[in-house]
Amino acid sequence: MSLPYILLALLILAVAGFFVGRGKALSSANGDPRILHSLPGYYGWNVVVLTLVPSLLVLIVWLIVQPAVINNHVSSMISEETAAASSLDLVMSDVARVADGLDLAVSQGAMDAEMANSIRTELTDVRGRLGQVGVALGSNVTAETLRAAQSYRGWNATGLLFRTIGVLAVAVLGFVLGVIRTNPDFRARNSVETVVRYILIAAASIAILTTVGIVLSLIFNTVEFFRLYPATDFFFGLTWSPSFGGGSELGIVPLIWATMYISLIALAVAVPIGLFAAVYLSEYATPHVRAIAKPLLEILAGIPTIVYGLFALLTVGPLLMNVFGGGGVLGVGWMQGASSVFTAGVVMGIMLIPFVSSLSDDIINAVPQAMRDGSLGLGATHSETVKQVILPAALPGIVGAILLAASRAIGETMIVVLGAGAAARLSVNPLEAMTTVTAKIVSQLTGDADFASPEALVAFALGMTLFVVTLMLNIVALYIVRKYREQYD
Amino acid sequence: MTDTTLTPPSDTSNAPTPHKIKSILEPDALTRKRNAAEARFKIYGIVAIAIGLFFLVALLWAILANGLGAFQQTFLKVDIPLNQEQIEAAEKSVVKTSKYRAIIDGAFAKELTDANITTDMSARDLQKLFSSGAAATVREYALANPDRIGSTVTFELVASSRVDGYLKGRVKREDLVEDKNLDAAHLDLSDQLEDAGILEKRFNWAFITGTDASDSRPEQAGIGASMIGSFFMMLVVLFLSLPIGVAASIYLEEFAPQNRVTDLIEVNISNLAAVPSIVFGILGLAVFIQFMHLPQSAPLVGGLVLTLMTLPTIIISTRASLKAVPPSIRDAALGIGASKMQSIFHHVLPLAMPGILTGTIIGLAQALGETAPLLLIGMVGFIASNYPDGVAAGFFSPNSAMPAQIYEWAKRADPAFYERAWGGIIVLLIFLMTMNIIAIILRRRFERRW
Amino acid sequence: MNEMPNIEQANEMTASKISADKVQVYYGDTHAIKDVDIEIEPRTVTAFIGPSGCGKSTFLRTLNRMNDTIDICRVEGSIKIDGEDIYDPKVDPVQLRAKVGMVFQKPNPFPKSIYDNIAYGPRIHGLARNKSELDDIVSSSLQKAGLWEEVKNRLDEPGTGMSGGQQQRLCIARAIAVSPEVILMDEPCSALDPIATAKVEELIDELRENFTIVIVTHSMQQAARVSQRTAFFHLGVLVEEGPTQEIFTNPKDKRTQDYITGRFG
Repeated sequence: MSLPYILLALLILAVAGFFVGRGKALSSANGDPRILHSLPGYYGWNVVVLTLVPSLLVLIVWLIVQPAVINNHVSSMISEETAAASSLDLVMSDVARVADGLDLAVSQGAMDAEMANSIRTELTDVRGRLGQVGVALGSNVTAETLRAAQSYRGWNATGLLFRTIGVLAVAVLGFVLGVIRTNPDFRARNSVETVVRYILIAAASIAILTTVGIVLSLIFNTVEFFRLYPATDFFFGLTWSPSFGGGSELGIVPLIWATMYISLIALAVAVPIGLFAAVYLSEYATPHVRAIAKPLLEILAGIPTIVYGLFALLTVGPLLMNVFGGGGVLGVGWMQGASSVFTAGVVMGIMLIPFVSSLSDDIINAVPQAMRDGSLGLGATHSETVKQVILPAALPGIVGAILLAASRAIGETMIVVLGAGAAARLSVNPLEAMTTVTAKIVSQLTGDADFASPEALVAFALGMTLFVVTLMLNIVALYIVRKYREQYD
Repeated sequence: MTDTTLTPPSDTSNAPTPHKIKSILEPDALTRKRNAAEARFKIYGIVAIAIGLFFLVALLWAILANGLGAFQQTFLKVDIPLNQEQIEAAEKSVVKTSKYRAIIDGAFAKELTDANITTDMSARDLQKLFSSGAAATVREYALANPDRIGSTVTFELVASSRVDGYLKGRVKREDLVEDKNLDAAHLDLSDQLEDAGILEKRFNWAFITGTDASDSRPEQAGIGASMIGSFFMMLVVLFLSLPIGVAASIYLEEFAPQNRVTDLIEVNISNLAAVPSIVFGILGLAVFIQFMHLPQSAPLVGGLVLTLMTLPTIIISTRASLKAVPPSIRDAALGIGASKMQSIFHHVLPLAMPGILTGTIIGLAQALGETAPLLLIGMVGFIASNYPDGVAAGFFSPNSAMPAQIYEWAKRADPAFYERAWGGIIVLLIFLMTMNIIAIILRRRFERRW
Repeated sequence: MNEMPNIEQANEMTASKISADKVQVYYGDTHAIKDVDIEIEPRTVTAFIGPSGCGKSTFLRTLNRMNDTIDICRVEGSIKIDGEDIYDPKVDPVQLRAKVGMVFQKPNPFPKSIYDNIAYGPRIHGLARNKSELDDIVSSSLQKAGLWEEVKNRLDEPGTGMSGGQQQRLCIARAIAVSPEVILMDEPCSALDPIATAKVEELIDELRENFTIVIVTHSMQQAARVSQRTAFFHLGVLVEEGPTQEIFTNPKDKRTQDYITGRFG
């Protein structure tokens, strides 16, 4: 049974369970629900929960484990020479494609099931046969691949059978258990609520699982990378020049430099504008102006980063070229192309303005009115109150907000991918194209590189660096902001 | 600046003579200076807001000025006689479209003579006025409507991107010097054709409903297929992140004991909200594709990654809505003997629902515009040239998504694709705007003041 | 402590420090203060009493235009200080507030050191030419507020770290440091315990020598203890104003009598 049918079967079983459980509870109480410990519905739900929860758990675990196990088994059939010639991943995807092709051929009647299991490359043109049913293969199917594919199919079919049996058995078991346990004294509500509570806990722990997933996927591949490429060269290397033929130099320093440079420019744009805007909106603006200007500024925060990327690439970049480029208004020729650190930095700054302003706005508003009154009551002007009382009082919070903005800037991808350039460079000229950590993660993982090569794995090391840096910034910033909030709560 | 060892003045009368303010009606010099500083400070604020708004206007202007063109397309109206033998011959040939091209050439030459336009251009050169996909359009029509073979059909064929650009003012005569696809004679001819009513610009439905096209046919690229891709991703995000987010928030807000584990979860959630989105892409690549072997480029995977990314946002806003429900409601339910679970699911949750939905819509809007993680799970580089056939394929078969499609176009060499990219942004922003407006309306309508 | 002003003093109406004439205050559509006429005498403590919501605090805040910070608030009528209308468009509220200081209900020291709290006012108003003058202002203000002995060794500690009573006296010292002529106090003791309250009341009585003080209070006992004159507000109307003893022993208005005897409040 394929997945949708299994789910359907479970659903039917669950619905049936609800009515059976509810009915049994009512009949055991002779139709008088007042005798029951819980409302009759809870007895129904109890059966539903017992039917669905364990069986779905089994199903999920099965779905995750089976492909891994089968892959493991089948890949052991691939000889080392074949694996060395291309990569194991590629061979395995070939195997999967051939296996899918065989499935399709069987389902369309182009082959019978027995034939699919017994054909040999020596005897049949498998590629041609599969081509007829619409499965295009890049190269001829080797005997080895075909055998692996057939075994893959076999394993899959067996797995599917056992999965169906296992899941349905667990579901029926739960069903029966639930019905047996139904009697007027059974505390169905408490039992259902306990399960619901565990479901809630499970949902809450997804946050932890996500973090664990991020850390694990980064660590494993990073360790793999450092096995192939020395860590010191990575962290202290001054050149970044990956070449897919091997002999790459993968030094992170130029990437970090450009990342910091762009973030700095972005903050130099966003912090003063955002801060002054926040002060004006929270301290001076009439409610009317505030009601208009604040949401308008926040539109900037709602615009997707891809839009800013395009804005940098196609509008701001060419505009800067017209000013600083050769033949531009200034005629200085400082800029070679539209992409540059400055382009990306300015556009990122625009993106961060509402981020800084709305965070600062919240923080300034959290300063108690009594502070303002105290200062105004002494005859301070409004700006003196802001500069000498409110901003110093809000300083920790604002520092936190700026750190959060910095973390945002460091992790921003689309603007730098489109606006900053692709060549890694260590330069102080902001009008030159440079490239950042995030941009390189994208280019190393979207290229054609083999996932096992250092050129692709380096992306995970870059990701790890990025994750650690932003995580530290976030933790510090959130800690500061939290402490600040507590101070005035 | 503070001096802890101030000596007390021996006598208060020795203190500096109290400052006497003469009259409050005449400001003194210092007050004037302070008021000037005050005015300056206020101006800084106004300038900051003005700069912010200027950027907003510049951005919107850039989008509209560059992108509106994508919603217009130049078509060539040609009457083509669908001749039985010609079509059969074409179907037998190896390169079928070139034969159809010849059919178009013949019909077009006739159109020119009918319109009294003379040109010394070869058929090959004339062909450059058409999109290279024009022949395929004719072929598909002929194959789909065998009953029309033998009659003359008026086709509206897509003009090539250069001609299209010329009519929209994007392509200038001076740009053509280095262009091997088109020269000035083509433009003269285009002017004549336009006067004759053969060449005309109309609303481009194909851009909204169509699929992506290869590098050489920007005029045929549309955002429709990736819209479907985004739609399926949003379904995944909605159906996973709403229940999980609500469940997690209920636990954290209502049940969680104050202990280390709860603290850990809370710190985790606020950190995840600030983790760069590209990191979620790495997670998706490593876990969903490398480890679980889910199909690359599939909206399902995109949806899963975006779910993990939006969950923190949704949890944070849901918790805020739950917190806003006053404790008295909970007490009232508990007081008449409801269980805690009942008080929450019967009273607190329905009251918090408008806030939760608002937060969810805003989270979805964020996810809809997110690009970076999609790059890593292969939703870029894939040419979404087909619609998914069926719901399962919608989730599982490779597709693009709107922002990924826009990025794809922005990377291509032909500037005609830039127009598509900006146009795609307009479509994307319309979706985002609609979602946000719905959220605002929800908030306005159901906002409660306790 | 309660020294009754003699007849001559009471007759010197021309010498009044603040005189309000037909003052109306509106909050949006709400008419919060109606037709208030009052003369406030120099170097006296005047207490405003009345049930909560009667407008006494609102009226107090109109005296140094703190109501300006509330957008929907509108004031009509005239309030003169030393014969000058404080709502004259030429008046700069900043200069006015330097002359009419204010102490608030809840102690609100700035999150700065004790020294900087006191020095803040003199600094912004440019009252000191150099550091030593500023030091003198700080120490004399703290002395006048009776806080000097308690804090002289910890002037660089944050003002927020003191006890509530100390914080309120710090706020009074902060107000004194600007050398105002009038000090408005909005229920200055409502957040304090009885011992701290006693100290602040004692301080108010001492300050009477140099300043005109207007105090809003909830507690009639406090009004009786510290003030020479008392004004009773009810529903935005000034019901009765006169020497404190007279108000408490022989009120002319029925409403005053009811309030003082505890019929409502």
